[in-house]
Amino acid sequence: MNVFTDAIAWLFSPDRWQGTYSLPILFGQHMYYTLISVLIAAVIAVPVGWLIGHTGRGREVAVAISGAARAIPSFGLLVLLVLLLGVLRVPEAAIITFVLLAIPSLLAGAYTGFEAIDRRVLDSARAMGMTEWQVFWKVEVPLGLPLLVGGIRSALLQVIATVTIAAWVNLGGLGQPIIQGIPLRKFDQVLGGAILVAVLALVVDLIFALLQRAAVPAGVRAAPRKRRSRAALKATAAATA
Amino acid sequence: MFTARKSRLALAGGAALVAALVLGGCASSNPLDTPTGDAGSGGDTGKIVIGSQAYYSNEIIAEIYAQALEAADFEVDRQFNIGQRDAYMPDVESGAIDLFPEYTGNLLEYLDDSSTATSSEDVYAALKEALPKGLTALDYADASDQDTYTVLKSFAEANNLTSIADLANVSSQVTIGAAPEFEQRPYGPATAKEVYGVDLAFSATGPTTLESLLAGEIQVADIYSADPAFQTEDIVALEDPKNIILASNVVPIASSDVADEIADVINAISAKLTAEELVGLNVQSTVDQKSPADIAKKWLADNDLV
Repeated sequence: MNVFTDAIAWLFSPDRWQGTYSLPILFGQHMYYTLISVLIAAVIAVPVGWLIGHTGRGREVAVAISGAARAIPSFGLLVLLVLLLGVLRVPEAAIITFVLLAIPSLLAGAYTGFEAIDRRVLDSARAMGMTEWQVFWKVEVPLGLPLLVGGIRSALLQVIATVTIAAWVNLGGLGQPIIQGIPLRKFDQVLGGAILVAVLALVVDLIFALLQRAAVPAGVRAAPRKRRSRAALKATAAATA
Repeated sequence: MFTARKSRLALAGGAALVAALVLGGCASSNPLDTPTGDAGSGGDTGKIVIGSQAYYSNEIIAEIYAQALEAADFEVDRQFNIGQRDAYMPDVESGAIDLFPEYTGNLLEYLDDSSTATSSEDVYAALKEALPKGLTALDYADASDQDTYTVLKSFAEANNLTSIADLANVSSQVTIGAAPEFEQRPYGPATAKEVYGVDLAFSATGPTTLESLLAGEIQVADIYSADPAFQTEDIVALEDPKNIILASNVVPIASSDVADEIADVINAISAKLTAEELVGLNVQSTVDQKSPADIAKKWLADNDLV
């Protein structure tokens, strides 16, 4: 019996479905903080990113923020905010921390999505008489969507991994077995909790990879090459010869 | 822009910087290194090596031992703030460290986690059995640093609470806050239910336990018995007549070969180190911000031990 098999046994034990720290409850808490934080971060970062991408101004600031903000030590920030805001505002402190963590990826996804669009496409749209708002909604947003979804995917993964620290300030989540198991030296529990977070991250990554593919507008997708029979090929060759 | 002269200056400056860093690195010592020299026994040179945990309260106790031994004409080598048990126990067991202030219950849990002893005397007896050969436990002190079921004094008065069993009489929901692992400890809420018939909800407040108790978010809190809050805040620990909580008194662990020489000095300290005294020492450190050396000096003088 090694730690890994013990961890699997711990995961599938019936105790995991009862009590204050049952898996469904922990999972619910984890997803709640992840989704709320990414949503709030999106409301802040995506319009700003779109504005930067559309006007082309403020790019350096955006790049600087995206880079520097990733270096914030989330655990330190969380503890600091809990100390500053007090024990009655712990959920708010945690959400602020996770929002700050998610903003860089969403900002980058939004403005790079727009920057990657060929300028000639935008010129043709304007030449056809579209107003700036029409260019924005009908051309830029759909074409920038794949990279935006990529940014959302990246933000979600980072936040899912980091919400494990929410258990340190009594907010539950999938980090709770890890944080409880270490002082108790129950390493099957610690590893079980870590496996859960990893599996959740992989599943979300897979879902969003598919979403990213699906987000590419139909007209932009490379048309699949139809298989032609040999007879048809010969006929084509004869006709063009 | 970069002339040959500037490049050469930059190169010379860089080399000087690297040289300074390398030499600086050579000079610093690793505080976790075992003390050089006496790997076998510290007793033959007469020097007593005293260690402490990376915990301010433990360091104060170790400093008290150190100053008392120095006043008794022993030569003392201080190796304080080593870290957790995993870090320092190997040195204590090997004899590289001669004297260490420990806590009976926590050390017993570390050496033998199957033990069922919980009261001060039982834990001390079990600890003496569990200690490896070469180590001796001197007398344990009244002072302890153990878990408690603590409530606000106002809550205790309003609900007539003196012991943990009285919590069963509280009509509203009672929640206990503590570090996350408390839920699964043998003295946690599950045992309180079994032994005292008290239904407690659990909240993993961890580092915010005291603040949550003061803010009214939780009704009972696991505040360690040596916490300065017992003097600075209006809180009171509930009595545990059935001894579900693992007692953890301050106990000096000494290498067997020096134990006899230092026993008189150290046991005199343990006799005077009551629970209130330890809380008082901790208050001087956290609230008055005094150094361990000053706190130790004053305490030894006040108690006529030097």
